[in-house]
Amino acid sequence: MLLEVNDLHVFYGRIEAIKGISFTVGEGEIVTLIGANGAGKSTTLKTVSGLRPVAKGTITFDGQDITKMPAHKRTELGICQAPEGRGIFPGMSVLENLDMGCWTRKDRKSAAYKSDLERVFELFPRLAERKSQAGGSMSGGEQQMLTIGRALMSRPRVLLLDEPSMGLAPMLITQIFDIITEINRQGTTVLLVEQNAAQALRRAHRAYVLETGLVVKTDEASKLLTDPAVQAAYLGGA
Amino acid sequence: MDFNSFVNLFWPSTVNGLVLGSIYALIALGYTLVYGVLRLINFANSEVFMFSAFGSFFAIDMLGIPDRLSNGDDPYKTGFTLVGVLALCLVMSIIIGGASAVVLERVAYRPLRKRNAPRLVFLISAIGASFAMSEAVGEWGTKQRQDYALARVFKKRRLFSIFNADVRNDYVLVVIGSLIMMVILVLFVNRSKVGRGIRAVAQDMETARLMGVNVDRIILITFLVGGVMAGGAAFFFEIYNGSARYSLGFELGVKAFTAAVLGGIGNIKGALLGGLMLGVIENWGTSLFESNQKMGSVTAFVVLVLVLMLRPTGLLGESMGRSKA
Repeated sequence: MLLEVNDLHVFYGRIEAIKGISFTVGEGEIVTLIGANGAGKSTTLKTVSGLRPVAKGTITFDGQDITKMPAHKRTELGICQAPEGRGIFPGMSVLENLDMGCWTRKDRKSAAYKSDLERVFELFPRLAERKSQAGGSMSGGEQQMLTIGRALMSRPRVLLLDEPSMGLAPMLITQIFDIITEINRQGTTVLLVEQNAAQALRRAHRAYVLETGLVVKTDEASKLLTDPAVQAAYLGGA
Repeated sequence: MDFNSFVNLFWPSTVNGLVLGSIYALIALGYTLVYGVLRLINFANSEVFMFSAFGSFFAIDMLGIPDRLSNGDDPYKTGFTLVGVLALCLVMSIIIGGASAVVLERVAYRPLRKRNAPRLVFLISAIGASFAMSEAVGEWGTKQRQDYALARVFKKRRLFSIFNADVRNDYVLVVIGSLIMMVILVLFVNRSKVGRGIRAVAQDMETARLMGVNVDRIILITFLVGGVMAGGAAFFFEIYNGSARYSLGFELGVKAFTAAVLGGIGNIKGALLGGLMLGVIENWGTSLFESNQKMGSVTAFVVLVLVLMLRPTGLLGESMGRSKA
């Protein structure tokens, strides 16, 4: 397994937000964590990225224990997160934002960098059009594309996506998920956190259902899509 | 109030204000940079300035230049010797400024960050560090808290006039030198990779971390850069004024902090504008009230209050979070 999380406990102040969850992400997979607001999905993702300290449990990446590794070193290993909502640098241009994605790369300005930039522009033509525009002046959907494009610029081995559909119009949601599927098809492993369970389950290979800091169910995504309990709770009834 | 004196002294006080204002601006940059990345007022920045002001004294000591020549004349230097002496003074000030800012961050702030201390604790730590630094110099560093006068290696003379204002060679050196430092800083922040890291941390610290930015390192560099600017300011202040004492930080630091707030704290261009404006307004105030320097300060602070009433975020408002500089 590329990423293995084992019995993870995370606290926010005195409140235990994650109460011992375990999951795995295999090379080439799309794995999704679904659940209601406050289930601990985003906290889990932040902890995998190294933004939250682990109280108990382990995180292993490609066989290496990274439980206590600082966030910036995890990025160097190939874990990169596109944060939720407006997680861009508002005062920087689109190009500068994308450049921030390759902060840890030594080959900036090389041919590889240029081809990666072209790939991002192919996936998100809007970004190419707005190259020199300030990130903060773009629409919500464009900012979302920018966070994903920026994460891709780090050439991640696993791409962590935190609520990529949040606040987007339905048409844009389908488009974003098409792009996520395409990114995965091109060989990037994806760990996806979503409230939009219907889309997430349709796109993912496997899924974990989180409720108040615990994994309550896990299976192949296609099976969960037809699971009556999941349908009732997360897919707006059967 | 004496409008005649104000009119007569308009140009001299403007010129003087710009000179002093450039020094304020350099110190203000230290406040604004650190505020930009940490949302923290580093009150001890003024003491970093005061420490560095003694840098020129160390340099002159190292070179063995006496305060007075045997015949009682000033030890003026000329040509390349003068350039060499001044360069050493500048380097010493910058080293002391940069080093003390870095030590300050390590001792007074980083341990608190590691423990996720509340904001107020940082502020207390900042004020405490400021007092500790100035009192340490006052008690042990200098004899009876006295004033130190720098050996006059630099012969000040009038170069040219703007209307009725004499422009001296030290004025020109201070203003041009400060401008060069500011330009280098702006280029560094806007063009270099580390500068981009500083802006990234200022705009969104968590996201910067996700991109692989070593935030602790960027914070340390930010303090270093602020200290270097304070060091430069201290050198120019010694060129212009030629004296130093333990309380120098407080005297100029409050003004520089005011300048940063006036321009919009967290905003680099704001610090530059605020510094120059404060220097000029203060000198105008002094000439308006019979050359009473205290009234100059009063005028400057009244203007600050008025500006903040109209524009609570300062003249240029936005922090590094929004603006590109």
